[in-house]
Amino acid sequence: MTDEMLHTPLYEEHLALGARVVPFAGWAMPVQYAGIIEEHKAVRSSAGVFDVCHMAEFRFFGLDALEGLQAIVTNDLEKIAEIGSALYTVMCDEDGGIIDDLIVYHTGDIEYLIIANASNRQTDWDWITGHLPETVEAVDESDRTGLIAFQGPKAIDIITELAGVGFEVPERFHIAEAVLGGDIPVLLARTGYTGEDGVEILCHEGHAVAIWRLLLSFAEVTPCGLGARDTLRLEMGYPLYGSDMDRGVDPISAGLGWVVPKSKSGFIGAEAIARIRERGVERTLVGLVVSEGVPRHEYPVLHGGTEVGKVASGTFSPTLGHGIATAYVPVDLSAPGTELVIAIRKKEVVATVVRPPFVKETSLSAHTS
Amino acid sequence: MYPKDLKYDTEHEWVKVDGDTATIGISDFAQDQLGEVVYVDLPAVGDEIIAGESFGEVESVKSVSELVSPLSGDIVEVNETLGDAPETVNEDCYGDGWMIKIKMADPAQTDDLMSSDEYEAFITEEA
Repeated sequence: MTDEMLHTPLYEEHLALGARVVPFAGWAMPVQYAGIIEEHKAVRSSAGVFDVCHMAEFRFFGLDALEGLQAIVTNDLEKIAEIGSALYTVMCDEDGGIIDDLIVYHTGDIEYLIIANASNRQTDWDWITGHLPETVEAVDESDRTGLIAFQGPKAIDIITELAGVGFEVPERFHIAEAVLGGDIPVLLARTGYTGEDGVEILCHEGHAVAIWRLLLSFAEVTPCGLGARDTLRLEMGYPLYGSDMDRGVDPISAGLGWVVPKSKSGFIGAEAIARIRERGVERTLVGLVVSEGVPRHEYPVLHGGTEVGKVASGTFSPTLGHGIATAYVPVDLSAPGTELVIAIRKKEVVATVVRPPFVKETSLSAHTS
Repeated sequence: MYPKDLKYDTEHEWVKVDGDTATIGISDFAQDQLGEVVYVDLPAVGDEIIAGESFGEVESVKSVSELVSPLSGDIVEVNETLGDAPETVNEDCYGDGWMIKIKMADPAQTDDLMSSDEYEAFITEEA
């Protein structure tokens, strides 16, 4: 089955490490090596490395790049006027439906880099280039760009050591050039999807194996699969496209109003989102915790015996030792402390509404507070 | 990996027969395929289980598996320790990771189960 799948430059490394490889968005990706919980805990306590080469990387260049991209994304790129800074955003259609969530990096004077979900690569590319002025040069470098996430409380010390004397690690949500191990040129983005401090390393695909091995040469570093990536991100309440949001959901309902500044107008979907804000949303994405069982995608959420929603994302939280989930529920049932029920197959379990993140204390919360 | 003194079924459970009592758990192959077990849902003492029907569930982070009973009978004991320590299923699937003990309704049902060698051949074929 995985023979027809796309392979990242690290595919052979995964096989050599004994990974369990599964299809993901057309790619053969490692879901786990030693075990999801073990990998998850390694990232929370030390450092983990993830192959995310399947993700999409688009580059934009030109004097009109800023204005062109401003008209497409919801967040305000003036916040990243400083070269080297980065911004989380979504882009929406005219109705305010979320096309994808992205990080935009201001990589140079008139240059931007966008990292997007692998599953949306073609959709995003067509949408962005279809709306950019012709004066902006756009290149889809996804195939030739390696992307390795290196996350955990020990990640920054290790990357600083590998980058050598004189290297200053970029601040959170910044990106900088570096040379790893003396001769591998990379871009280091201090971003991630785990809730821990760390970097995402962009490189030429031909360098991915060398970087991967370099990182794994440290005893503190554990190879981690998509399984741990998912449990880590859900503990932080980070949304996943396709589960927590899609074209049928607007950013306000998705709890992403913070990436749609009220002061900004003139982007695709602006009018629709303003109207949604004005009249208020009917349903909103909440966090839920259960004391037994594991809630999973699409399980019914009940209140007073009636189905009021479905689980968007659900998993077992290795840090907390119980099930956690997100779900879209009516606004009047969204207050923290509200008791709902999740039908975990035959069993109905109490699910209490909480405000994510589910896990409050990480190296990142220590760093930013 | 597959102790000789146990019998196995195609659902990857093992059975240890002691008189008219049978202890049931999941095989090493099953626990490895599942990954780290995070939740085990078992019946209560006194419940009746029927061969070929679900008697519980075992969950890992990524998946849920039905526990399908290889035998019919009444539950006489349940491994309560799996509630707090489900990972025992991974660590010691044939020992402390056992799941239920039943009083068999029809001990002849064990004749349909596989020996250790037969089971090993079965999973090789399945893989």
